[in-house]
Amino acid sequence: MAVTKRRTTRSAAPAAPTLPSKEELIRYYREMLLIRRFEEKAGQLYGMGLIGGFCHLYIGQEAVVVGIQSCMTEADSVITSYRDHGHMLACGMESKGVMAELTGRAGGYSKGKGGSMHMFSREKKFYGGHGIVAAQVPIGAGLGFAHKYNKDGGFNACYMGDGAINQGQVYETFNMAALWKLPTLFVIENNKYAMGTAQARASAGELFQRGSAYGIPGKQVNGMDVLEVRAAAHEAIEYIRAGNGPVILEMQTYRYRGHSMSDPAKYRTKEEVNKMRSESDPIDNLKKLLLEQGYADEESLKVVDREVKDIVTEAADFATTSPEPDPSELWTDVLVEA
Amino acid sequence: MPVQVLMPALSPTMTEGKLAKWLKKEGDTVKSGDVLAEIETDKATMEVEAVDEGTLLKILVPEGTENVAVNTPIASIGEEGESAETAPAAAAAKPTEVKQEATVSTPSTPAPVPPQAKAPESDEDKYFKDVKTQTVREALRDAMAEEMRRDPTVFLMGEEVAEYQGAYKISQGMLQEFGADRVIDTPITEHGFAGLAVGAAFGGLRPIVEFMTMNFSMQAIDHIINSAAKTLYMSGGQMGCPIVFRGPNGAAARVGAQHSQDYASWYGHVPGLKVVAPYSAADAKGLMKAAIRDPNPVVFLENEIVYGHSFPVPTDPDFIVPIGKAKVVRAGTDVTIVTYSICVAHALAAAETLAEQGISAEVIDLRTIRPLDVETVMASVKKTNRLVAVEEGWAFAGIGSELAALAMEHAFDYLDAPVVRVTAKDVPLPYAANLEKLALPQPHDIVDAVKSVTYKK
Repeated sequence: MAVTKRRTTRSAAPAAPTLPSKEELIRYYREMLLIRRFEEKAGQLYGMGLIGGFCHLYIGQEAVVVGIQSCMTEADSVITSYRDHGHMLACGMESKGVMAELTGRAGGYSKGKGGSMHMFSREKKFYGGHGIVAAQVPIGAGLGFAHKYNKDGGFNACYMGDGAINQGQVYETFNMAALWKLPTLFVIENNKYAMGTAQARASAGELFQRGSAYGIPGKQVNGMDVLEVRAAAHEAIEYIRAGNGPVILEMQTYRYRGHSMSDPAKYRTKEEVNKMRSESDPIDNLKKLLLEQGYADEESLKVVDREVKDIVTEAADFATTSPEPDPSELWTDVLVEA
Repeated sequence: MPVQVLMPALSPTMTEGKLAKWLKKEGDTVKSGDVLAEIETDKATMEVEAVDEGTLLKILVPEGTENVAVNTPIASIGEEGESAETAPAAAAAKPTEVKQEATVSTPSTPAPVPPQAKAPESDEDKYFKDVKTQTVREALRDAMAEEMRRDPTVFLMGEEVAEYQGAYKISQGMLQEFGADRVIDTPITEHGFAGLAVGAAFGGLRPIVEFMTMNFSMQAIDHIINSAAKTLYMSGGQMGCPIVFRGPNGAAARVGAQHSQDYASWYGHVPGLKVVAPYSAADAKGLMKAAIRDPNPVVFLENEIVYGHSFPVPTDPDFIVPIGKAKVVRAGTDVTIVTYSICVAHALAAAETLAEQGISAEVIDLRTIRPLDVETVMASVKKTNRLVAVEEGWAFAGIGSELAALAMEHAFDYLDAPVVRVTAKDVPLPYAANLEKLALPQPHDIVDAVKSVTYKK
């Protein structure tokens, strides 16, 4: 057990227990590709004026959520920030419902009343989608609290960015989560930029060590490699399920697009982005592995590509043809009628 | 010359207490720092330490004496051989004087006028056939405890709620009954535990979050508004948040500007929240039970000064006060005074004064701020044709401003005078006793306001 209390580690190589099966690997490939294609389509619809407001794309970070979700069960819950489309798809929420929420239509998960940052599925135990940076962190610990209180065996996976980690409420939460041994996995998706501010300009020290004063074990992981993510998540979740309290995983990842659709990302060079894309792309690298291992050939992967493309096309069609919410919806859902 | 030991105040709002136990007896030698006696209030127990050295000459108030006013001489200390007789006369001889001294340092808190006497009939009356006298403090605790017995998903969290038994002793005995899994001491971390409780509510539990005072809820207001109040709407109706945020609200006594604020209009502003602010113990109990059972986030505004006031409370465990219903606590014909929380006491006191001057005031206790009971208020305004709104909050964008706007919308043609607001003065609350009193609405301010709308001198 590499994750031990009062210890923070930087993983050099994944202590992968066993290589996942062929079927599992192909599933990860498919899930990551779905997120990628979905987000590309969302960017396109945004450009056409069909999606409004804020829209934060997950392109480049797919391995993080797919790797972690691969270790989770139906008892577990998920919460994240506003960069949330990938998490919803990874939780098994329908592409159609997510895309239709982006376009603000009645067929969206929140009937068009939430938008990109505010979608939920009680059925899939996905608790949002939160627009205030780091607000999901204490809420995630609260979901962990509920898992513990209800003794349902589940834990909460609470995702946050490298910007959120500097909010005070994160440390209020780390303290309580450690004190009460709450079953919560804190995943820092370090994509290097908090909007336009590079990590080095905003954060002192190492992010994976931010819980060490509270005795929360932390680990830095290559978040561009789904297998390394999976291995780290597996270990962390085992520790959490054993009743030891929270764990922090810092995923070193990268977003290819701007902070949101309206961000031209002038704070970094094209070369930097291109280098990441060509050398560290999580989907390309898994594809290489699948081919090398003989688990798939170009033809069979093309079939997966086509299936994913069909799902996304169908989602976009649904999202552009679903009606706008009825005007009467303005007044519904303010309060639960007792 | 012997020195008198006076009954000390344990808190800014304490006016009297019980002399529980003497730890020294007459003739004992005492030095400064020695514990002389233990005193108790319904909130706390404290030791009385000697400040002077000498011999305990005489105990003036025997142990077990209840309702000893603050500043009453309880003993005298002098040099050995000095006669106790030379000490000033015992407390009993001049209680009035001491009492007056005590009142100077505390704000005007008129004794509750029993509203039942002059209230019109209400469908809640049937519950008042069997009542017991309880303080607001006890009523709040009983409400929480009854609901926790009834529903295992209800739990209480906050600073000092468990082992300390509540900073204001609202949760007294609850840790002992329900255990540490359901009565949870938090670190001093309002933003964090408010968010955590919201998450627990999303996860299917029904948290009661105590803020030591509502002033500290400002640290947590993002979670109350953005996370608790808005999520149901943003989720298209999927994500209800059954949670109660409660704590003492408004001015206490001499605690200064940061600890003396009324949040009724702050929280009342937000769709997706319910906001209640009861005055009587019965309403505190009935509304607390309703708040805990409500599937929505409820901000429950209590009042520290009122915690110790006693009222008749129905014994029927099914007694619940529905959220959103105001109560006419005194019937009248000439003017409608609308208020909530501690200002109900001020309004009833003013109504009594006004009655002596031939003006009949109807007093409405809103009890719920949001959703506001427009119907009850406007029915009264249409009857009396005059409205005075009273609150401890500031006037700007306050509850009174809302009532004035509602009166324009619903009863414009019935008004015989402009609506008048009696509010806190537009300043941070001062510490000095005289300034504090000037800054907060007093019964005489209400009397003046009523006279202005009834065109009486």
